[in-house]
Amino acid sequence: MSEVFEHVICSFCGCLCDDIEVEVQDGAVAKVRRVCSNGRGVFTHYDPTPRSPTVDGREVTWDEALDEAARVLKGSDSPLIYGLSSTASEAQRKAVALADRLGAMIDTTSSVCHGPTGLAMQAVGEATCTLGEVRNRADVVVFWGCNPATSHMRHFGRYSVMAKGQLTPGGRKDRSVVVVDVRPTASSHVADLFLQVRPGSDYEVLTTLRALVQGKRVDAETVGGLEVARLQELVARMKEARFGVFFMGMGLTQSGGRDLNVSELFQLVAELNEFARFSVVPMRGHGNVAGADQVMTWQSGYPFAVSFARGTPRYGPGEFTAVDALARGEADAALILASDPLAHFPAAAARRLERIPVIVLDPLPSLTGEAARVVFPTACYGVDAAGTMYRMDGVPLRLRAVLPSSRPTDEDVLERLLERVE
Amino acid sequence: LITGRTREQGQALHVGKRSQDYQQATAWVEIGPQDMERLELEDGQLVRVRASDGQVEVTARRGDLPPGLLFMPMGPVANMLVGTDTQSTGMPPFKNLVVEVERV
Repeated sequence: MSEVFEHVICSFCGCLCDDIEVEVQDGAVAKVRRVCSNGRGVFTHYDPTPRSPTVDGREVTWDEALDEAARVLKGSDSPLIYGLSSTASEAQRKAVALADRLGAMIDTTSSVCHGPTGLAMQAVGEATCTLGEVRNRADVVVFWGCNPATSHMRHFGRYSVMAKGQLTPGGRKDRSVVVVDVRPTASSHVADLFLQVRPGSDYEVLTTLRALVQGKRVDAETVGGLEVARLQELVARMKEARFGVFFMGMGLTQSGGRDLNVSELFQLVAELNEFARFSVVPMRGHGNVAGADQVMTWQSGYPFAVSFARGTPRYGPGEFTAVDALARGEADAALILASDPLAHFPAAAARRLERIPVIVLDPLPSLTGEAARVVFPTACYGVDAAGTMYRMDGVPLRLRAVLPSSRPTDEDVLERLLERVE
Repeated sequence: LITGRTREQGQALHVGKRSQDYQQATAWVEIGPQDMERLELEDGQLVRVRASDGQVEVTARRGDLPPGLLFMPMGPVANMLVGTDTQSTGMPPFKNLVVEVERV
């Protein structure tokens, strides 16, 4: 028997596309329509068959695994809870509660994606908007240091470039599209204006744009490998915008300067609002990394890099961020929630994770899981579990289950861990 | 050297990071035509990429990059080259790494 689910949400990236159609046959996903090639695997490569948790690779009962995980966490002087971005906000809330109870450090994958953006938001503030506004209103769209054609494949079609909205009925032809990057990309090929900056020059290009927006004289002929005349062309376009928006990515947050690059962009956007309506939206990678920031801030007051070691939350990017805490050898046990830091951290930080007891909650096998003391194979939100995730623009969406649930969720496991570490 | 997402990497990670697909999707370095010529490299040749924090041997791919700029897909291979100095932000230097490239 087959059943078709419409308006299903894909949890892969921060777009949280909510128009996916999933056909389920005999308790398994048979067809997925409208999904991009990055997100397809969320539905087609996840096997919801219940699996036993493991301790040191050996299959055990859930109670045995929970007992061992609780023993590891209670025996740790400085536990680290990390990940959170590919799980639902209901589980994120439990993770913060567990960190509070354990006196642990808690950090999210934000620290290796838009953590610097969070620092810039705190320094400058954020002129923001929703993707619905972009779709319906935006006539000038600037992508800086991001490549949605590869990482957020339906962003152009659903929201920012080809999308047709109330004030943009012509879609692509009603928009001016600008891409700023250090190299030509699949995204720069769709741009009306492509500005190829010299690597590491974003800050000075942004500072120059701020000066030009304010009508100041710029003596230099080129900045960051770009002719100032071309920057002037961009400034003219932006000042004439009815509704302008910047989308920014890792090109700014992972280059030298990091949060300072982003602060400069946020300042530019704030100043553009004297001339035109302008916003900036970070291109969030994981499906609910925006939710991780929301829940962490709502629960602890800070978006990432928090320590509960002294009983009250303290904020410390560079200190309580996972890569730093691991590289310095400060974390002596870790609980990894829906993330694979062994694959995505610098080698020296990843090696530390191989030397300390690690507890993993993940619907899928991972490199971190292979090296972990305890692995809990949990349900996949949006496939066989319902839960809440936040889109990249901060809009929360409710994900339904399209398959019958037979695995415990991350939230269930964290709740039972909370009871055991009491 | 900059590291980042590619379509192949994004799709292969669902198959599993031990899979042949993922290994192939992450163990290469993209080099621009001028640098390929200067280093006398051919498409598909094995090269050693060395940074202050580590080195890897990967396949060279000709790509649309300006001289002096290289690209590698994010993942455990590229991360052998990435250090842990986050400049007090939490963010490691995943982009703008200074590396040396030589033929193997």
